[in-house]
Amino acid sequence: MYKEICAKYAPTKDNLIYILHEIQDTHPQHYISEEAVQAISEYLKVPENHIYGVLTFYSMYSTKPRGKNIIRLCESPPCYIKGSDNVLRKLKSILNVSVGETTKDGKFTLELCACLGVCGNAPVMMINDDVYGDLSEEKVEEIIDKIRGRN
Amino acid sequence: MKTLADLKKIREKAQEDMKLRGGNVRIKIVVGMGTSGIAMGAREVMKTFLEEIAARNLTDVLVTQTGEKGLSSMEPVVDLIEEGKPKVTYGNMNPDKVKKSGG
Amino acid sequence: MSLKRIDLLICCGSGCVSAGSLKIKERFHEVLAEHNITSEVNIIETGCMGPCDYGPVMVIYPEGIFYKKVTVDDVAEIVSEHFVKGRPVSRLMLHDEEKAIAAQKDVPFYQKQVKVALENCGYIDPESLDEYIATGGYEALGTVLTEMKPQDVIDLIKESGLRGRGGGGFPTHIKWQMVHDNKADEKYIICNGDEGDPGAFMDRSLLEGDPHRILEGMMIAAYAMGATNGFFYIRAEYPLAIKRIKMAIEQAKEVGLMGKDIFGSGFCFDAEVRTGAGAFVCGEEMALIHSIEGMRGNPTPKLHILLCRSWGKPTVVNNVETIGNIPTIFRKGAEWFSSMGTEKSKGTKVFALTGDIKNTGLVEVPMGITLRELIFDVGGGMIGNHKFKAVQLGGPSGGCLTVDHLDTGVDYESSKNAVP
Repeated sequence: MYKEICAKYAPTKDNLIYILHEIQDTHPQHYISEEAVQAISEYLKVPENHIYGVLTFYSMYSTKPRGKNIIRLCESPPCYIKGSDNVLRKLKSILNVSVGETTKDGKFTLELCACLGVCGNAPVMMINDDVYGDLSEEKVEEIIDKIRGRN
Repeated sequence: MKTLADLKKIREKAQEDMKLRGGNVRIKIVVGMGTSGIAMGAREVMKTFLEEIAARNLTDVLVTQTGEKGLSSMEPVVDLIEEGKPKVTYGNMNPDKVKKSGG
Repeated sequence: MSLKRIDLLICCGSGCVSAGSLKIKERFHEVLAEHNITSEVNIIETGCMGPCDYGPVMVIYPEGIFYKKVTVDDVAEIVSEHFVKGRPVSRLMLHDEEKAIAAQKDVPFYQKQVKVALENCGYIDPESLDEYIATGGYEALGTVLTEMKPQDVIDLIKESGLRGRGGGGFPTHIKWQMVHDNKADEKYIICNGDEGDPGAFMDRSLLEGDPHRILEGMMIAAYAMGATNGFFYIRAEYPLAIKRIKMAIEQAKEVGLMGKDIFGSGFCFDAEVRTGAGAFVCGEEMALIHSIEGMRGNPTPKLHILLCRSWGKPTVVNNVETIGNIPTIFRKGAEWFSSMGTEKSKGTKVFALTGDIKNTGLVEVPMGITLRELIFDVGGGMIGNHKFKAVQLGGPSGGCLTVDHLDTGVDYESSKNAVP
């Protein structure tokens, strides 16, 4: 599977970031495994340590398995001013996890992230590729319930 | 697209498609679409205007609508506003009159 | 045959999308079909209209009526009252002391604004090449390629006084001249869309709302310095911006506005999108270049203080908003551009207003307007009429200014001097 993803890209070093993105996005647990790193290393002919160097540099990559849905709550000042800490507390309590953890059923991973640039509607979070704005404690509960029902 | 003239052609066509957002409008037709206007057939009148304008390829004429104009006995009422000229109001409009007025 | 009589512009910038504008668009489709007037209404998804706090917002032409905080439940009323009967729904308009403000142009938020880079943002469909062309798009590129020499292009930018909008305020023409004068078999231009500063979303909105403008600006810059390849480096947090730029590149290639022998001038250009993976520092030029090369985004010293190199070749890195000004400068002239702003800071500047301010959102004002005007006239003042305490200008490297600084102009010199 990893080899097929690699083969979509030319075997040049500058494609590393895109290969990592695609491997992580298509993995059901949204992470980059040791086997994946080995496969990329063979394909691009770069040492594994270089790949780990790159993948641990960027905050979006994970070397640990994660949930089906990745919640990324903005931790920047504009969202904080608008009450993101209340939203975080609520998320932690309804999911029963701390930041960086995955729910027992494997459905959600809770993460904090840098500014998402939707500050006019702060506080905001992204769940996978969707942005949710003007969050309140009630609103996040609704959103999580909806996604729970969908999956 | 190889020349500025090619670009200009595309631009003219595209501007025509965007004429509702302002720009090159010579005549504005305002159809009174209050309850009594609609009851007397203002929707048909408006639709006929739209069809006639499209059929005659009048690129600088715009159709818009407004609420009750107060002239219930004359409905459907249509204002014709041409740049630099006094407004003309037509009463008792119907699709046939619309077709004639375009001539 | 077009029977359209209404243009319904729904803001689909990330802010309004997060507030539900896509669901509203779907609802419009349903209700228009119920009333059997689908053929009379154009539904257009635009980029950011600016007043994010009022989202989801929309503007309805030909009247230019502005509705705010529209919900799915309001759609039926808008269609039956406004579209069918011609009676705009006043409760969805903005109100100024009880009085409804119908037209977008009369909304106070827009009144002190002057839109250059944001000219089309919220006015055209960003996914339509034709709409960009209708506003005069690609005319500047055509004129530059067929009538001007690269050095003339650089001289015109010099005359306009354009400076980098990323924050540093470095004169754009000097960067271009460096690369122009550097002989190399290949040169690159990079559009820096790694907008990481908390609270900033100027570049995101431009990339999402008017992608062809950025493409056109990039090609003019590339021609001036002899670059044949361009990269859009956009942060991975901006999936919509990435999608829109990719789409714009495809559209431009399809009609021959990008690729080989553009406008029959012999100029060839190709561009692609590169994304980051979450690293604030990648907004720094060298870190960004390393990231494009597929490495860790570590900032490294440059061999020459002004000249960047990617893959060892001379490279210009310009910010999105800087590039966004270029097509308009060529369409309207250097003199027009330099007539706005202050002596040393020419033109306009886009700001993102966030925090405890009434009108959060995206605005564009002439350089040199005071913080007071920006915060109170455009921004509407503090929420709940609280006392203003402080404003943070720029990102982490900017500074906090207090009430004593409210009369500071927002331009490169004044703000630099004011920040303690």
